[in-house]
Amino acid sequence: MTEPMYMPKAALENLIALLRGDGYKVLGPVSRDAGVAFEEVRAVSDLAAGVRDSQEAGRYRLEPGVPGEIFGVVNGAGSLKPFFFAPDENLIEVRREGKSFKSSEVIPPPRRLAFVGVRACDLAAVAVQDRIFLHDRFRDTHYETRRKDVFMVAVNCTRSAPTCFCASMKTGPEATAGFDLSLTEMDECFVAKSGSSAGEAMLERLGLRTASAGEAEQARTLTDRCAAGMRRQLDTSDLPRLLYEQADSPRWKEVASRCLSCTNCTMVCPTCFCHAVVDQQEIDGNMSRRVRQWDSCFSLEHAHIHGINFRPRIEDRYRQWLTHKLASWIDQFGTSGCVGCGRCITWCPVGIDLTQEVAAIRASAIK
Amino acid sequence: MTTPYAIYPARITERRAETSGVYTFTMRFTDPGIRRSYRFKAGQFNMIYAFGVGEVPISIVSDPEEPEALQHTIRIVGRVTEVMGRWKVGDIVGVRGPYGNGWPVDEARGRDVVIVTGGLGCAPVVGLINYIFRRRDQYGELHILHGVKTPNDLLYRERFDEWRRAPRTRVYLTADRPDKSWHYRIGVVTQLFDELAVPASSVAMMCGPEVMMRLAARAFRDKGISEDAIFLSMERRMECAVGLCGHCQYREYFACKDGPVFSYRAVRELFRTTGI
Ligand SMILES: Cc1cc2nc3c(=O)[nH]c(=O)nc-3n(C[C@H](O)[C@H](O)[C@H](O)COP(=O)(O)OP(=O)(O)OC[C@H]3O[C@@H](n4cnc5c(N)ncnc54)[C@H](O)[C@@H]3O)c2cc1C
Ligand code: SF4
Ligand code: SF4
Repeated sequence: MTEPMYMPKAALENLIALLRGDGYKVLGPVSRDAGVAFEEVRAVSDLAAGVRDSQEAGRYRLEPGVPGEIFGVVNGAGSLKPFFFAPDENLIEVRREGKSFKSSEVIPPPRRLAFVGVRACDLAAVAVQDRIFLHDRFRDTHYETRRKDVFMVAVNCTRSAPTCFCASMKTGPEATAGFDLSLTEMDECFVAKSGSSAGEAMLERLGLRTASAGEAEQARTLTDRCAAGMRRQLDTSDLPRLLYEQADSPRWKEVASRCLSCTNCTMVCPTCFCHAVVDQQEIDGNMSRRVRQWDSCFSLEHAHIHGINFRPRIEDRYRQWLTHKLASWIDQFGTSGCVGCGRCITWCPVGIDLTQEVAAIRASAIK
Repeated sequence: MTTPYAIYPARITERRAETSGVYTFTMRFTDPGIRRSYRFKAGQFNMIYAFGVGEVPISIVSDPEEPEALQHTIRIVGRVTEVMGRWKVGDIVGVRGPYGNGWPVDEARGRDVVIVTGGLGCAPVVGLINYIFRRRDQYGELHILHGVKTPNDLLYRERFDEWRRAPRTRVYLTADRPDKSWHYRIGVVTQLFDELAVPASSVAMMCGPEVMMRLAARAFRDKGISEDAIFLSMERRMECAVGLCGHCQYREYFACKDGPVFSYRAVRELFRTTGI
């Protein structure tokens, strides 16, 4: 990592132009459907600037923000997940050849994606998905192809949403890995850092000067203050053991009485990876596609096999979800499945909050 | 790059009806290179594919020393297996695998072996029994326990009778609800455990309903068999078989890549609670 650089706000325009010139499709938070989504940005004016999000359990609004602030929205329902782990994609095509058939891989077309305005928690979530799709026993070629040629511009959080708890999950608010450039937005400028050789080269092309000690200090203070002021917390001590031991906690029944099993939490979660593998035959019968589609452990079919559903009750499914996120994920992949982005809290129609559920289970732990 | 989802065509060379709705197919990869390089271990499974319809996990029941002629016993239970039941000799079907860890046949060598199955019978267990019979001198006493609800549920009746006549082998059959044709024991499979006398050095392997396995595992532990020497084959929904689709999760395990065979020690704690 190079030393912190002073980056005037106007230089962001330049950065987007340079990335586009390098053949990247640049994506950033854009206002969409009363929220924000990562969509193509051709210029800074495409970004959801000057607005802020107001989030609470089961509630999301965009509100007028601070004039001049470009990255005022902490996050929206969408993470980077769909760009690498596509919600619906062809894996292979199987074509009839006489009596036999031939299966061939459908490789997604090559593309260069640059993301501008990625929060630390979402970068951490990408690392979690990398661990699953790239560094496990089987390497997923589709994920690999989509993930390969990516430029990440992180934005360190100087304000958290009330639903955030990245400090507890040690994933933010400052991005520490997985980016090419990181920016801390201040009133008049950014403080920029590089996290890779590609990022370093980009800083050079932008022709920035080194940030003064005062500017660098101010940037650090802003992220530190954000961490200290984070309202929600999740006590991760004793995980995975706590949730394993509390498999019979009465709290599962209690939360199940509120949970609608709607699957929202799993759809917005940037790390959830469950998917269905479906074969779809063309109408002429000569070709069949194998398609992968996002699935959820809250769906009734998820644990169903020839007449037995291993998780018939909502309490079984909520327990599976929470235990997987915070406990068994650690045993499976050496990392928590939760990065503390708070999306599942915001987008739960009944406002179920996993931090409260863990606290309740902990408080009532049957020793 | 090759996707883990690549499917290889295989030709059906034999179809045998075990009973109504249960068929054993012998299949050979059409590609000579794949056919020669394909290897598997006893108790592993393949994903078997019906063109345009779907793919399901099915155990390999044939012997690992004959990897060029794979056998799969398929019970017709639903959408995909329905189509498989219509497969004829000469049809080309899809196979990818092998997956899973398989039975601990090496660990069990030289020891007495207890095999327990229940319900509608378990194809993986038939493969295991055949495996041991083909290497009979490498294993000690063999005890086969099988419980069914009604006599109609007993598949492979002739095979059980054949196994019963083999030396150093005991077969225990029981039915909850017998009829006149039934000349074996009456009652649930767990009653068989009481009369079973096996040394603590035995290895137990089982497959069937989880309640049955839970009771059997406890009974064997009470007979002094170590929790590391009691093995259970778990069935879970699998859509990818490569540890990615998430369906076969059993707390920290993926049944497809960490199983389907688990030691009782590994899953004992999970057995305490239902719905995991
Ligand atoms: C490791 C393993 C080994 C198995 N070995 C054998 C065997 O040797 N012989 C045998 O007859 N059966 C075996 N099975 C069971 C077999 O996979 C299911 O019977 C089959 O998937 C049902 O598919 P279907 O489309 O005919 O039924 P469906 O109509 O699709 O469904 C019937 C039931 O099967 C479930 N199911 C559907 N797709 C899958 C899937 N991909 N994986 C698991 N369940 C699914 C459905 O939820 C439903 O409950 C094994 C299963 C596992 C996990
Ligand atoms: S579990 Fe909730 S807070 Fe954690 S990463 Fe997923 S959506 Fe974000
Ligand atoms: S979003 Fe809320 S209601 Fe929907 S499945 Fe998740 S916890 Fe249950």
